Amino acid sequence: MTKSELIEIITAQQKQLSSKDVELAVKTMIEQMATTLAQGSRIEIRGFGSFSLHYRAPRIGRNPKTGETVGLSGKYVPHFKPGKELKDRVNAGLLRELTSVASTEVAVE
Amino acid sequence: MGALTKADMADRLFEELGLNKREAKEIVEMFFEEIRASLDNNRQVKLSGFGNFDLRDKSERPGRNPKTGEEIPITARRVVTFRPGQKLKARVEAYAGTES
Repeated sequence: MTKSELIEIITAQQKQLSSKDVELAVKTMIEQMATTLAQGSRIEIRGFGSFSLHYRAPRIGRNPKTGETVGLSGKYVPHFKPGKELKDRVNAGLLRELTSVASTEVAVE
Repeated sequence: MGALTKADMADRLFEELGLNKREAKEIVEMFFEEIRASLDNNRQVKLSGFGNFDLRDKSERPGRNPKTGEEIPITARRVVTFRPGQKLKARVEAYAGTES
């Protein structure tokens, strides 16, 4: 699912807002989330998960073309930890698929 | 600054886009619910400017109860991973805060 598909789905599910409004809302939410992380803050969405920054220590890198060593400074990278509801639902999706495969096999027999 | 929550996101939609409070709250809920629903159905989610939510199937592997040392298999499972996009990575990397 892409951002534009997400916008279409949300638009179809409610009556008050036009697709333009929903598009602006989705873009605003994503921008707010990115800005939050860029400022070094966390995002905590109950039932979905949390986003935080993980620190990567400085290290000595190497230019793969020249073999020259270069010092790379420490940096932050975004990290996502899925919440319980998301974890359980995604895993239930797998179990559903496994069960439907098993019942198809039984039906064939 | 505290962590960003759904309430903060709804407030922003109310203040900046002029949605009423109920609409703003509903849109924020739908946003996360539709991402969950897609992942439920084993569909990757790609949000340009932010990142991708991918799914990975892990097969069963041997595990151990750390308390008792008893061997118990870790069952097959599907997990969500997040891959930040280039733009988000670059913005976050530039964050010059102190290590926390």
